[in-house]
Amino acid sequence: MAANRKWKPDFWFWLTVVITLVLLVFLAYPLFTLFIRAFQNGADGSFSLDNFVRFFSKNYYKRGLKNSMIIGFSVTGLAVLIGAPLAYLMATYKFKGSRVIDILIIISLLSPPFIGAYSWVLLLGRSGFLSDLFAKAGIRLPSIYGLGGIIFVLTLKLYPFIYIYMKGALKKIDVSLIEASESLGCTPVKKVFTVVIPLVLPTLLAGALMVFMNAIADFGTPMVLGEGLNALSTMVYTEYINEIGGNSNFSAAIACIMVVITMVFLGAQQYVINRKSYTMSSLKPIKKQKFTGIGGVFAHIGAYVILAFSIIPHITVLVTSFLKTEGKMFRQGFSLDSYRTVFSSLARPVLNTYKYCLAAIVVIVILGMFVAYVSTRKKNVLTRFIDAVTMFPYVLPGAVLGLTLLMAFNKPPMVLSGTSVIIVIALVIRRLPYTLRSSTAIMYQLSPSVEEASISLGCGPVKTFFRITAHMMLPGVLSGAILSWVTVINELSASFILYSSRTITMSVSVYQQVVRMEYGTAGAIATILTLTTILSLFIFFKVSGSSEVDL
Amino acid sequence: MSIRISAEHVVKKYENGKVTVIPDLSLVIKDGEFFTLLGPSGCGKTTFLRILAGFNTLEGGRILFDDTVMNDVPAQKRNIGMVFQNYAIFPHLTVRQNVEFGLKQRKISGEELKKRVDEILKIVKIEEFADRLPDRLSGGQQQRVALARAIVISPSVLLMDEPLSNLDAKLRIEMRTTIRELQKKVGITTVYVTHDQEEALAISDRIAVMKLGELQQIGQPMEIYLRPYNTFVATFIGFSNLFRGTVRMENGRPAVVLNEDCVLHVPDLDESVEDGQEVIVSMRPNEFHYADRGLRVRVISSTFLGQNMSYKVAFENALAVELEDENELTEPMNYLERKLNAGDTACIMPMENKANVFTADGARSLIKGVTIYGGE
Repeated sequence: MAANRKWKPDFWFWLTVVITLVLLVFLAYPLFTLFIRAFQNGADGSFSLDNFVRFFSKNYYKRGLKNSMIIGFSVTGLAVLIGAPLAYLMATYKFKGSRVIDILIIISLLSPPFIGAYSWVLLLGRSGFLSDLFAKAGIRLPSIYGLGGIIFVLTLKLYPFIYIYMKGALKKIDVSLIEASESLGCTPVKKVFTVVIPLVLPTLLAGALMVFMNAIADFGTPMVLGEGLNALSTMVYTEYINEIGGNSNFSAAIACIMVVITMVFLGAQQYVINRKSYTMSSLKPIKKQKFTGIGGVFAHIGAYVILAFSIIPHITVLVTSFLKTEGKMFRQGFSLDSYRTVFSSLARPVLNTYKYCLAAIVVIVILGMFVAYVSTRKKNVLTRFIDAVTMFPYVLPGAVLGLTLLMAFNKPPMVLSGTSVIIVIALVIRRLPYTLRSSTAIMYQLSPSVEEASISLGCGPVKTFFRITAHMMLPGVLSGAILSWVTVINELSASFILYSSRTITMSVSVYQQVVRMEYGTAGAIATILTLTTILSLFIFFKVSGSSEVDL
Repeated sequence: MSIRISAEHVVKKYENGKVTVIPDLSLVIKDGEFFTLLGPSGCGKTTFLRILAGFNTLEGGRILFDDTVMNDVPAQKRNIGMVFQNYAIFPHLTVRQNVEFGLKQRKISGEELKKRVDEILKIVKIEEFADRLPDRLSGGQQQRVALARAIVISPSVLLMDEPLSNLDAKLRIEMRTTIRELQKKVGITTVYVTHDQEEALAISDRIAVMKLGELQQIGQPMEIYLRPYNTFVATFIGFSNLFRGTVRMENGRPAVVLNEDCVLHVPDLDESVEDGQEVIVSMRPNEFHYADRGLRVRVISSTFLGQNMSYKVAFENALAVELEDENELTEPMNYLERKLNAGDTACIMPMENKANVFTADGARSLIKGVTIYGGE
């Protein structure tokens, strides 16, 4: 018997090692730090459950937890109630302006966070535009502040998740399944409950989980609308500020509680999906029907009203950005004053955002391609570790991630706090699971035999990756990168903890302007952000050749 | 610059040695030969092909191209041409760029590059599609590109992994003729993997039949069909009816007794057979004739196949070896003496000179000169 071929470390081995090290340093180590700090006593550093005991013994904190749960569940429930029927109508009936509706819904989902919050303040807040208008007519509109307002604004921001997920799932249902149920005597309503809903349930749950996680992780909305009302996401931040100089042990504990909550819900969702998911090969997708009778009119009105609510914040922002301002007051008439202010004194956040996000995207694309390649083609212990670790950011709320990085890198040997590097790292990590999911999906679609063909023709494995594999991955990876770009330019919750005056970004800057009641300049920056988002989305639609986004 | 391939005691294991796919395989593929690996799925034929290509490692034994040991030579340095089941055309390159790819790796450029590419495109009849991207080609055309791309580099060996299985029946026959003619013209040693026995018979110089990683028989197509080495080969290549019988010495010459009405004086029986030895006799469905005495059959169903009439039959006295399929009897239409219907009975006699006789476990032929490696 001849000896086995000797194993020699090759390019892919070293690459896997490097990726593993990078993930250890920038993801595993910070998370480990967070975990340790949460169990440490702030005063003497001994290990204890003090922080958790303190959390669960004070009504102040328990109320925050309760608020977060109320927000999470109500927003998820409402988003399903709005998004699911809307998706069903749009997928099964011919709608006037359905393409515009789709695009507007996607834009409203990907737009900067808490823009909704502050626009609704402008409209419905104290001396808001609409509340004043209605007050003159003697009608008192409900307050936008407090839990109700937060739930209202977050529902409008997050129902698109349900809508997009559901529409995707409905497209995959073979029409013959529905026809079969009809031929067996199902009424239209019964058909929806006995056939359609069970088939899309896994997707609906996935969408609901996204909504829930985003709702409890959202930081800007409760900050703007809460008026002293606490939620977990804001408490992580405020406790961290209170503890400055200390070791942030208490905020680490709150962060841990948040992570545990999201993990529990992720686990529950996976559990259901594993038992209730079906594979369908859609040979004949559902054909859209024409509306008949009065139902169609109501359906259209309903859809347009929902859409109007989604778009109102953007229009408000756009309009206020062109209003004449004098100090903090709006004057009659329009002007470009706000934009002048932005470009003269607030150019830094704009430039920073583009710089950091571009850097983050480059890293995301390269990392995404390499990791997707090694984890599908060169499976081993290390790549399994990479797979597991890179899924973690999925359950990390932005504020928690920010806190985590800050705690890990504000002491020697690696002092990164206040630098642009730490913001780029945060952006990359936040987007990592999504990027990897899409690029791994691309890799699975590429047959390994194409690479083998190249090798058999004399092109070495590494050269083959760059000349063949990377080329084939690129279109998919690029369209994924544009979506990542849109998400990272709008990132707030992690950047908000990590920024310094030199590294401020647009979304943080909008928040600052809102707090200072400089609504004109806030509107101007938000408009620049929204325009960039819209432009990027159109490029995405062009590049990917579809009108779908995979979130 | 074609070569001879030798495999010496090749061992292949998967999952850290837990699963053995090929326990011990040795064979020699002659220079310029069209050699086919044939077997059901999971028989290790593709695994072995990929060992030759250098995509699979081997856990024991040696692979030699002529006299050079190839075990540690990486795939890109083996100078092989490979055609894949799904063609594996580079989707982002045009037909011409696909074919040029291997030549460019060999630093061939300018006039020679163009000349060689043009020539091969013409031979496989795809010159008019040279500037197209692959997604605008049909399956057959893509297959031709794959073939051109593999051959243009003048490889030492051409390896083909079920190249025709994604084509429709008509195109499959057309392409297999193209491949066969091209191979003869270029004279290149070719290893071809298929699970389609008809294709293997039609295309090959020699066939290696494999099962569960073990070689069952190597031989020319006719040899394998007419003189199978064991009952697996007899039933895998075409259909065979298997019967249990006993050897009886009659005047010093052995005969095989199926029943007292059916005693077969099989020529060329091996001298080792003994009186009273239990054996298995295999007969093709068309190797019977009607007789007054012999085996009684009852027709279960009949199928008209154009040239032939095929009968599913049950043999009386439970002589037949139980198979998953029922036994089959076919009769060419031009010899059809009578048309049988379901439920009819008839008496038939096997043709003695066509019979193959095996040991009782079906593992080995008892016909003189039939060996696993054939009479080379």
